[in-house]
Amino acid sequence: MSLFVERAGFLTSVQDLGRMGLRQFGVSPGGALDSFGLRVANLLVGNEEGAAGLEITLGGLQLRFDDERLVAWCGGEFEVRIGSKPLPVGHVAHLGTGERLKFGRPQMGCRSWLAVSGGIDVPSTLGSRSTDLRAGFGGWEGRALRDGDVLTLHAWPGSSIPATGVSSWGAPHDWVSPAKPEPVLRFVRGVDWNRFNPSTIQRLTSEAFAVSADSDRMGARLEGPELKRVDESDLISEAVAPGTIQVPPNGKPILLLGDCQTIGGYPKIAHVITVDLGVAAQLRAGDQVRFSEVSLTDAHRLLIERERQLELFRVGLSLHDS
Amino acid sequence: MEIIPLGDSALIVRMRERFDDAPEQTLDTVLRAFQQIKNALIPGVIELAPAYTSVSVFFDPIIVAKAAEKPDKAFDWLAMRIRGAAAAGVDRGKTVRSRSRTVEIPVCYDSEFALDIDDVARRAELSPGKVIRLHSAAKYRVACIGFVPGFTFLAGLPKELATPRRKVPRKQIPPGSVGIGGDQTGIYPLRSPGGWNLIGRTPLRLFDPHKSPPTFLRAGDRVRFREISRDEFEDFTHRQES
Repeated sequence: MSLFVERAGFLTSVQDLGRMGLRQFGVSPGGALDSFGLRVANLLVGNEEGAAGLEITLGGLQLRFDDERLVAWCGGEFEVRIGSKPLPVGHVAHLGTGERLKFGRPQMGCRSWLAVSGGIDVPSTLGSRSTDLRAGFGGWEGRALRDGDVLTLHAWPGSSIPATGVSSWGAPHDWVSPAKPEPVLRFVRGVDWNRFNPSTIQRLTSEAFAVSADSDRMGARLEGPELKRVDESDLISEAVAPGTIQVPPNGKPILLLGDCQTIGGYPKIAHVITVDLGVAAQLRAGDQVRFSEVSLTDAHRLLIERERQLELFRVGLSLHDS
Repeated sequence: MEIIPLGDSALIVRMRERFDDAPEQTLDTVLRAFQQIKNALIPGVIELAPAYTSVSVFFDPIIVAKAAEKPDKAFDWLAMRIRGAAAAGVDRGKTVRSRSRTVEIPVCYDSEFALDIDDVARRAELSPGKVIRLHSAAKYRVACIGFVPGFTFLAGLPKELATPRRKVPRKQIPPGSVGIGGDQTGIYPLRSPGGWNLIGRTPLRLFDPHKSPPTFLRAGDRVRFREISRDEFEDFTHRQES
């Protein structure tokens, strides 16, 4: 019931769907930056949607188990192999004892989420198994994985899926593989939308921004046309959220991601909608990104529709298993 | 009261436009709204957090849309419920006030911890000793806990001590550091980067992920600093660890 980390790769951490209810204490939810991706991966291997898995940044991970497990992954365009056999995104594989699972470097995108049947058994801290890398708690010893780490897995009763091989079926491609060349992220108007003049708004919606190297799980810093405010008065700090695009005085926007701070004092020009956060989580240094406005009603409609599709998928999977 | 969407899964309830002109009254108003909205148990609301002039409300749009019955009116329905809940709390200021605790925080102003006290003193045209006396005599109130886990923003810094943030932030600030940033004072609970002027350190552990709640302080708490010697600091640290 152990997972052996032979090579931890660039940045791999234990994540689930994050910790809720703690913003009032300054603790942001964190968790898988593409929580939908982790949910789908978990469903594929028969786990609860919120089971802890691994978030793999830029690949380089190599691991094996000391028993049989189902595995599935979602995320960027990674080359994933079981021994020499490819494991396509969104498919399920039955890994035999000691078989090696390897994540190469992504062709496109930057992160992926691996679910293992049973789920990773690390202690729950503040209601979640996610690693808070900045504050150094939760997950596996409050830190990113290192070569040689041995993680415990929850018991897995086994499945009816044949003892070897990769499933021929998979989850819908746009769910499990959100990385796109020059993606367009949809947003709703920000809290401070009116603090920006029409020409700035025009820039936000018509030009491309480049992701800076200075980006991490907290946020993607964007280079490109400068976004100027109408007035430079100081704002009182208030809540920010994953998806918030804030504009510091230098005019270079920051797109906040799952590990972002809980409050901020920079004006919030826009907020990327929830269904596009998985695409945002794939942005890596040098990528170009564009933005386009949608209404709040459309943002909600898209989310409700995706959830409805996921429910159908869940039902389909249960029929498959039975 | 103004209710503004913060993306598609959160909103901000702004209770007042300004904070500085009436910090006490603003905090009471905000904490009252925080409590009332929480108590209303509105379907789909996941969590709330107060900060200065506002309360943020995080929600699950799918549950809210179901409760609203008209999915395209989810936000309006939620805003209406929140407005109702917050309004129900008007004129109950006394309850919040009486519930605010007064907490004493021991602070050692030893020069090893007070890396920037000379800068603060120079700017205020005071001696470092006078800075310490002013800082430890004032009455504060927790205006917000946030940014990073457990970071405590305190309102009530004597005006003379206001000092702009350092131009170049430090990469590593030791846990417990007490600093001044603009017209606020605050405490860094965890090792982190930061730009505030450091004037002392508390041995208290203000954030512990293995406790519930994880923070020693809460928004609205009244805070006094008690000056302690270096020996007391070391004793305290030792006792806390054992």
